[in-house]
Parts: sequence; C-alpha cells; structure tokens
Amino acid sequence: MSIKTKLFAATALSLFSVSALTAETITIATVNNGDMIRMQGYTDDFTAKTGHKVEWVTLEENVLRQRVTTDISTKGGAFDIMTIGMYETPIWGANGWLVGLNDLSAEYDAADILPAMAGGLSHDGTLFAAPFYGESSMIMYRADLMEAAGLEMPDAPSWSFIAKAARKMTDRENDVNGICLRGKAGWGEGGAFITAMSNSFGARWFDEEWNAQFDTREWSDTLNFFVNMMDDAGPAGYATNGFNENLSLFQQGKCGMWIDATVAASFVTNPADSTVADKVSFALAPDTGLGKRSNWLWAWALAIPAGTQKEAAAKEFIEWATSKEYIDLVASKEGWANVPPGARTSLYNNPEYQKVPFAQMTLNSILSANPQSSTVEPSPYVGVQFAAIPEFAGIATEVSQEFSAAYAGQQTVEEALAKAQAITNEAMEAAGYR
Amino acid sequence: MARAVSQRRKILFTVAAWSVGVLIFFPILWTILTSFKTEAQAIADPPIFLGFDWTLENYSAVLERSNYGRFLWNSIIIAGGSTLLGILVAVPAAWSMAFVPSKRTKDILLWMLSTKMLPAVGVLYPIYLLCIHLGVLDSKIALVFILMLINLPIIVWMLYTYFKEIPSEILEAARMDGATLKEELLYVLTPMAIPGIASTILLNVILAWNEAFWTLNLTAAKAAPLTAFIASYSSPEGLFYAKLSAASTMAIAPILILGWFSQKQLVSGLTFGAVK
Repeated sequence: MSIKTKLFAATALSLFSVSALTAETITIATVNNGDMIRMQGYTDDFTAKTGHKVEWVTLEENVLRQRVTTDISTKGGAFDIMTIGMYETPIWGANGWLVGLNDLSAEYDAADILPAMAGGLSHDGTLFAAPFYGESSMIMYRADLMEAAGLEMPDAPSWSFIAKAARKMTDRENDVNGICLRGKAGWGEGGAFITAMSNSFGARWFDEEWNAQFDTREWSDTLNFFVNMMDDAGPAGYATNGFNENLSLFQQGKCGMWIDATVAASFVTNPADSTVADKVSFALAPDTGLGKRSNWLWAWALAIPAGTQKEAAAKEFIEWATSKEYIDLVASKEGWANVPPGARTSLYNNPEYQKVPFAQMTLNSILSANPQSSTVEPSPYVGVQFAAIPEFAGIATEVSQEFSAAYAGQQTVEEALAKAQAITNEAMEAAGYR
Repeated sequence: MARAVSQRRKILFTVAAWSVGVLIFFPILWTILTSFKTEAQAIADPPIFLGFDWTLENYSAVLERSNYGRFLWNSIIIAGGSTLLGILVAVPAAWSMAFVPSKRTKDILLWMLSTKMLPAVGVLYPIYLLCIHLGVLDSKIALVFILMLINLPIIVWMLYTYFKEIPSEILEAARMDGATLKEELLYVLTPMAIPGIASTILLNVILAWNEAFWTLNLTAAKAAPLTAFIASYSSPEGLFYAKLSAASTMAIAPILILGWFSQKQLVSGLTFGAVK
C-alpha cells in the first residue's frame, strides 16, 4: 500500500469516525395531526442528510401539553424538541426554558417566516420556536346552499349577515343546520372560539389593571348573539361540539356554514372524506364593524428545551422541518394542497400554491389577526384567542365550562357571565395580578 | 308449581345477566367494529353497525406508523414485573396481618387503602423529580416500582381476605410438624391460596396494563407502553376515529385474550369464601 493510499484511507476513516461520533438520536414530542404525521413519514430524508436519527413521541394535544410542561418545568430532559403552540412559547421563552433560535443559518431564511407567526412565537425580539404550520380561522360555507337561500356571501361579512344567512339556510327537515360552531368546554375548544368572537364585539378578558370584564355589555352581547343564533340555526347539542364534531357534520353536508381553523379547508375540500368537497367556498371571519374580526391566530411550532444535550442536532432538525426545502419535498410527493400552510411568506408567493382554492383566504385571515392588539379597547395581554399568561389556561377552562352550561340551557347567559366574572377575578387576585 | 316459578326466574335472571353483559361489552364491540371501517364510515350519521365494507387499512396504517412490538413488550414487562414484585412483597405482609395480627393491623390496612384516595397528580412532581435524580425517567424499571407501589394496597387487601379464609389450625399443625416460616409460607399457605393468588395476579396485571396516568407521564420514547400507543392516535383536530379504534383494539387484545382464557380462575378467586 502506497503512502498516498494509506493517507487517503486514514483520512476517510477519521472522517467516518467524526461523522459517527456527531450523529445523534433526538427525541421529539409532537401532536397527532395530519401535517405532523406526514412529517414523521419523511424522517428518513432528514437522517440521510444529517446522519441524525429521530425518535417520535406522539400524543394527544392536551396530554402532550401536560407532558411537556412537566418535563420542561422540572428540566427533565426527556425531549430534545417539543411541539408547542403560540400560547406556551412566549411564556416559556420569558422563563428561560427554551433555547433562542435567532442564530439559525442564513440559508434557512428566518426573515421569510410570516411576521404574525414570528411575532407570536417570540419574546423580547428572540424567536423561541419555529413555526411548522400556522393557522387562523375563517368561514367555510356551502356555496350551493347560500345561492339557494338567495344570498351572496361577501368576502368580509358581518355577524348580522352571518346570523341572517344561517337562519335562511337552516332546513331542519333535511337535517341541514345553517351554522356549526364550537360550544365544547375547554380553553382551546369553545373557549378559543368565543374569545375570538368577543374581540369583534368589542369585548376583552381584562382591562389594563387586570380586572375581569365579563360584566360588560360587550360580553353580554357576544354570548346572547351566539346563543340566539345557535338555538335558531345550530345543530342539536352544539354545547358539546368541538372541531371534530363540526368537521364531521360539515363533511356529511349537515352545515351551511362553519367558522373554524383554516387547516380544516383541506379536509372539507378533499373528495375522499367530504361529501360536499366541490361545493365549499371561503370568506373572512365576521366582524361587527368595530375594526376587529373574529378570527384567531395559532401556530404549531418546534422549540428546543433549555438544557438539552443535543442542541446542535435539534437545531438541524428544526431547520430541516420548517424549511422551504421541506415544503418543496411534500409538494413533490403529495401535491401543494398538502404542504404545511401558514408559516412562510414565500409559500404564498408561489404561483403553484396560489392555485390551491383556500390559499389566499388563509393568508388573508392570518394577516388580519394581530396578537399584539387583538381587542377594540386596550388590554394588557398578548394573544388573540387567549391571554399569554400562565394562569389563562386554567381560568379559561373553567369559564368555558360555565359558557357551555349556558349553551346547554342549564343556566342563563347572565348567570354564566356572573360566574365567569367571579372565577376570573378570584384567580387573578390569588395569582397577584390585582 | 314451584318448579315453574323457579324456571321463570331462571330465564329472567339469565336474560338480565346477558343484557348487562352485552351492555358492558358494547363499547368494546363498537371499537372493534369501527376499526374495520373507513374514516368516513366511522363518523357516518346514522351510525353503520355491520353493513359496511370491511377493511384492514387502519391496521396496516397503524402498523406502518408505530412500532407496536416495542409498545407491547414494554406493557408486558411493566404489567408483569409490577405484579410479580407486588406479590413477593404482599404475600408475607398479608400472612402477618391474617395470622399474627397486632392491635394496629386494621388501622394499617385502612391506611394502606387510604393512599389510593390521593389524586395521582398531587404527587406527580415529586415522583418526576425523583425519577430525574435517580436517572430512571423513561425507563421500565421506574414504572415497575411505581405501579407495584400503587397497586400494593389492593394486592395486600385481596390476599389478606383470602388468607383469612384459611383455618389457622392448618398452619399451626405445619409448625408443630417442624415447618419453618419459609416452608409454611411456600408449601402450606401458598398452595391453599392458589385460586386467590391467581385472581390477585390477574386483576393486578389488568390494572397495571390499563394504567394511563403514570405510564404517560413518566415515559417518552423508550419505555412507553400501549397506553401511550393509544394516546398517539387521539386528536382533537382531525378525524382519526377508525385508526384510533384499530390502535385501541390492538392494545386491549392481549389483555382481553388473557382474561378470556383465565376467566374461570378469576371468577373462582374473586368468589373464594364468598359463600360459606
């Protein structure tokens, strides 16, 4: 063996050793939804590019939230990447629980992330989670039923138009409800919807001194409007309906309109699952002319818990999963309608993606939501369908239970609001805000 | 005449028993049926009972996405290990409480049972921190110990009840014949209490198999058992009921089969000493 060959062999061996030494196995906690499961299917592409292996821990959204909160608050180190939302990110970032992501590579092009998403996932100018996909909410409606009702849906309708259309589209004999909305208890279910809706009615959770505002006319108007409309034009038992129940009703042709997450657009227009796939159109979430619409803003994002031993590999994964290249990969294999939406500006500039029927309305909805200023009157919190404070999830879950009881007719709207006021003020006082 | 009345009552009780049985089993049957439907059929309104095109696509999707074998193996080790360890600790404890009771035995038994009344989430953080410090987070050994401790009151209580049915004179006779404590426990007491021990084991395997709070909260990728497998198919944003049903069916099938084959022992153990 010549010296040259020996040198070549030694170099190759050392390079192989270094690569083997730096290859890591990272553990990622994630939620069970279509886009995340799709990402798991492409893990081999990431492993081929970086040598790192991935172990997935997939959990139901609420279980995941409890699981990762326990782990990150105790510095357990069970996960190297966590899938978290817009609610947790700024709170955990402020606590120093997450690794900042301002140093992602130039090729990653962090400036391409939609500003609304980057803003909601940052604290004090530091990005703490990279959005995998983002969503707002919008109206999905049956164009055929709207036409039969003799109405035309504006691109940006008002709540009074929606209520009128809902009542006209309702056909109880044929099991068609004019409108399907979330009434299910839970801060991320019915609580999210009614909070976003209340923004458009001029209501807010807290005034600038953190006093609860459920005793205001705006909240009374919101809840009474919702209950009256749903009693007249909503499905039976709407107090227990969440995203899945309404999706099921809409796909079976039992809803004239449905206001919910923009990601649902790909489900209701998929002929494999939806019986009304070719009859669906979209519009912005309604308003009351006060300058705020009733759409929310949310992102499922990837974050790195502080203290992980595999920070470099975790960052490589996040760069891969939330990159433009990943979007191209999914588009090439499964079509543009299946790429993760709502995270990158460049996606909406892509002529191919612009052909997807719900693309523009999704972008318009995202752009019309502002977590920094979500209410008509000034409020001390960040967030559209939530207030980004640690106490909110617990309080809002209790409040939404009271609201659901009112939807179910177990108490009046006034009683529900009075209880919500007491629950919120008591909790805020205990937490030291008041 | 009396015979006719008795026959009528017999039929009545049989019908009532079957009705209750069907009622209890119906959710499981519905889950199994849903697992063979498409996602669209799974949410059909009105629901389809049997008239659908049976498909195995959900099972194939679940098997493709998840490492079922690893979840199953973890469940077997955690449920089996915690039960066996529990029996090893509980047999001597129940023996002493049944045959050499002290003034405080009843209090101890009640105190043990009272620990079951504590909401598990109340001790989540201390136990989580302990697992971190001992380096056993996401390990089967941690769950074996924790589930053993959680189920220990039930094991001790069950064994205590069975042991109390055994006449102490038999054990005294063994002692007079020169049996040591170990021999008394192993060769006299245990064989007589086999039905009771068997049913205790079976019941605790079922409890440990189905335990979802600790198994979800203390595991990640390595030690996650079938409860985590099921949780990975549940979603509030997406209709995956057919796949969730397939995952649930795969998770409960082993314990259902075990229960089916051992129902005779289970019933005889649970009714041991019930009628004197």
